[in-house]
Amino acid sequence: MYPELGQFALILALLLAVLLAVVPLMGSLTGRDTLQAFARPLASGVFVFIALAFGVLAHAFLVDDFSVAYVANNSNSLLPWYFKASAVWGGHEGSLLLWVLMLSGWTLAVAVFSRRLPSEMISQVLSVLGMVTVGFLLFILLTSNPFDRLLPNVPADGADLNPLLQDFGLIIHPPMLYMGYVGFSVAFAFAIAALINGRLDAAWARWSRPWTTVAWAFLSLGVALGSWWAYYELGWGGWWFWDPVENASLLPWLSGTALMHSLAVTEKRGVFKSWTVLLAIVTFSLSLLGTFMVRSGVLTSVHAFASDPTRGAFLLGLLGITIVCSLALYAFRAPVVHVRASYTGLSREVFLLLNNVLLVAATVLVLVGTLYPLVLDYLEMGRLSIGEPFFNLTFSPLAIAVGLLLGAGIFSRWKNTDGGWLGRKLLWPMALSVVLAAAIMVAYGGFRPWAFFGALAAVWVCVATGWDLWDKSSSRKGRIHGLKRQSRSYYGMVLAHLGVAITMLGATVASNYGIERDLRMEPGDRARIGEYQVEFVDVGQRQGANFTAEFGRFDVYLDGERVSTLFPEKRRYTVQRNVMTEAGIDAGLLRDLFVAIGERLSDQAWAIRVQYKPLVRWLWLGAIFMAAGGFLAISDRRYRIRERSEQRARTTPTPPASAAESVS
Amino acid sequence: MKRLLLFIPLLVVVILGVVLFAGIGKDPTALESALIGKSVPEFSLPELQNPDRTLDPSVFRGKVSLLNVWGTWCPSCREEHDDLVWLAEDKGIRIVGLNYKDDRDLALQWLERLGDPYEVTIFDPEGSLGFDLGVYGAPETYVIDGQGTVRYRHVGVVNEKVWREHLEPVVQRYREGN
Amino acid sequence: MHPIRKKRLTIVLFVLAGLATAVGLTTYALRQNINLFYDPTQIAAGEAPLDTRIRAGGMVEEGSVKRDPDSLRVAFRVTDYNESVEVEYVGILPDLFTEGQGVVAMGRMRPDGRFVADQVLAKHDENYMPPEVSDSLKKAEAMGKTRSDSGSAY
Repeated sequence: MYPELGQFALILALLLAVLLAVVPLMGSLTGRDTLQAFARPLASGVFVFIALAFGVLAHAFLVDDFSVAYVANNSNSLLPWYFKASAVWGGHEGSLLLWVLMLSGWTLAVAVFSRRLPSEMISQVLSVLGMVTVGFLLFILLTSNPFDRLLPNVPADGADLNPLLQDFGLIIHPPMLYMGYVGFSVAFAFAIAALINGRLDAAWARWSRPWTTVAWAFLSLGVALGSWWAYYELGWGGWWFWDPVENASLLPWLSGTALMHSLAVTEKRGVFKSWTVLLAIVTFSLSLLGTFMVRSGVLTSVHAFASDPTRGAFLLGLLGITIVCSLALYAFRAPVVHVRASYTGLSREVFLLLNNVLLVAATVLVLVGTLYPLVLDYLEMGRLSIGEPFFNLTFSPLAIAVGLLLGAGIFSRWKNTDGGWLGRKLLWPMALSVVLAAAIMVAYGGFRPWAFFGALAAVWVCVATGWDLWDKSSSRKGRIHGLKRQSRSYYGMVLAHLGVAITMLGATVASNYGIERDLRMEPGDRARIGEYQVEFVDVGQRQGANFTAEFGRFDVYLDGERVSTLFPEKRRYTVQRNVMTEAGIDAGLLRDLFVAIGERLSDQAWAIRVQYKPLVRWLWLGAIFMAAGGFLAISDRRYRIRERSEQRARTTPTPPASAAESVS
Repeated sequence: MKRLLLFIPLLVVVILGVVLFAGIGKDPTALESALIGKSVPEFSLPELQNPDRTLDPSVFRGKVSLLNVWGTWCPSCREEHDDLVWLAEDKGIRIVGLNYKDDRDLALQWLERLGDPYEVTIFDPEGSLGFDLGVYGAPETYVIDGQGTVRYRHVGVVNEKVWREHLEPVVQRYREGN
Repeated sequence: MHPIRKKRLTIVLFVLAGLATAVGLTTYALRQNINLFYDPTQIAAGEAPLDTRIRAGGMVEEGSVKRDPDSLRVAFRVTDYNESVEVEYVGILPDLFTEGQGVVAMGRMRPDGRFVADQVLAKHDENYMPPEVSDSLKKAEAMGKTRSDSGSAY
């Protein structure tokens, strides 16, 4: 009974979404306020019904309703309850439901938090979000219904959740990632609405900025969680594989980062409007592409369509319609008028433009590396893969360039920066950074050109950010007062930039100074790894809820002292008969020690991988900084003050946009 | 003039789309068998479970059957196997197996482990019947009517959807014909 | 030059420089890092280049896995049921590596016809076979060669 209720709720949500996509938009185009007034209630309605459907599916998982095919395929009565709950998004159908749930959540958030926007604008934004919702709800209902029943032959038990997904990281990774992906739909909707009504101005940029920043913060966390999960669960210690699934999440992050910066320029200086709009479209398209690639099966084989072509074709159609329509709208409606605002070759505008060029270049590069093999295969022009070295070789210099540029850009001024002044300004921070980077090389024992430049870029970002904070906070009333005077959005930027530096340093050091050894070990054997000694003590067996495990016991010694004991496991999942490797990790801020057991080689001997990973935690720590920076920035006073002033403005005949201008 | 620049992204996407769309025509599963409407080619091959018994086209006489080409070396056959068992047991469809270029022991183990949906399995280690049928790979599934005439060919995995949309209508038609 | 023109020119130059660098890097790196896939039949026919990093794949032949008793060195044969190729690898094999399963190995061909792998991949799903492998198997099947030709490998 319940599952049908869920499906019914989805159908109702679809109907409301169709209305949301049409009615407010019509209202805004014909200027009828009554129609526009439907936007907010409809957005709430769509959310309520999708949430209801999601709740029903979650309920089906929690009570082991194996008459629902999706539950039977992705759960098992032996699963602990929290994995039953997260199994809701463990498969194709449920993760799409999560996707639309978040989409409707974002739509609702826009409806609630944008009361200050002109009603025409908000109607259009909500309508565009409604259109996206319609597309995905149709996709779910027509091709991927999570409520399909297995009647009358209800299986006695479920096929179990893929053991890879039975993990804490996978409980939170997809929701974070989807929050990011879907969040960019708001920036997209703002861009489309602005194209429709032709009001591509600073106010538009300011409205979409906080939404873009939040989405970006979530996506940063999502990408980092994916990398963290791959590191401890899947990767035998690797943290980024340039795998298409990973690249799919990195692509919108890269273009989203570019979008965030270009929006800043558009808001402050009113330039780069067309470029910003294009980036918003591209970023959302890349989010859709990511969903498509992961969900359609093209990654396993582009011919995997053959066994179930409707899903892939539908998603591809959805993707195609979105991209073509929005780019066509862009081509006809984007402003070609040229900006009066003037800036010179060394202004902050140009630094940010360069940042955009680099980020977009990185996006294109990753996109080419990801899609090229797929396209060739699709056209039956041969099968090839593009190895990690391709990405490392091309991405690293761009990342270093972004870092170096970032540090210099922080000191630049809007409109014009005096070249000589900037050069003198940069001299000391640069000298300090070179010294620090060299010190890092010495500390880790050995100069390597790539490592040096990576470390230099990271240190340079930190030094420049700190230097700038120091400059800005000097005040006649004392340093503390000066620090307090800075806005939250400035501190948000500082945090996020530090995050970039932390991640860069982590990536540089972990990949250049990590040690990895594959060994044949018997109980009693010892192995050296860096300054540490690892002793294989013995092996044992244990029984988990839905698996049996053989585990090894490893003592880790530093200078003769035992510093920790690790228990890496090999798990055999009973239902799916899969074998999984669970690494034993001694995590630390400065280094991780990582032990994983491979296959049994003889009665006594095992294949063992021992790794020493310096600063590997910094990779994800940096992402936490970035996300924190993003959240801090949107809590900035100026958004709230404007809200209040605009509420006042609403009671007076002043147009809201100009009121906003006067405050900021 | 400036406006034209704004069309560049659209053009890039459209061109990419056209190139990709052109590739769709090359669907490897759309293979027509030259045998449709003709009788199953002559063969004389042993049964998988019982090497002494020789099978010939008369196994198809009397009832509409599916002829399923499979092998233990073929992962997609594993994928469709449960659906075949479902067809045989729940839908009462008669399925004749063609164990194609396989090893007898492995094939027997496979059926032991996963269940045997086949009323009878033809053992074709040399692939001679497969060659005559024009089998491209495995899995492939043919609908053969009660007179031993090939009526339909499906390349790729059989699942519930394929059954419902492609195979069942054909099976129904020739079943009524009897 | 008019200042606005000059500014635009700078921007255009910046963008072009960025694009050129990206394109240059990409093509260079692509040329270095494209790993073509060869199946055992192609390798046996000598189509695979020596000393270039390639991918090879097929099924691990039953009974072909031989381990060195003192190290992580392992040798096995990969077959497409038509031809097979000897693969050597030092390191930890993936969890799902078993005889009779599909694998893809990355590495280089040696003049003596052995393939020295630096990476061996098997996928996480027992139903899954790397697409190249099933393709190459299909191809081998389609060539109409019978298994007995390669039976000697057993």
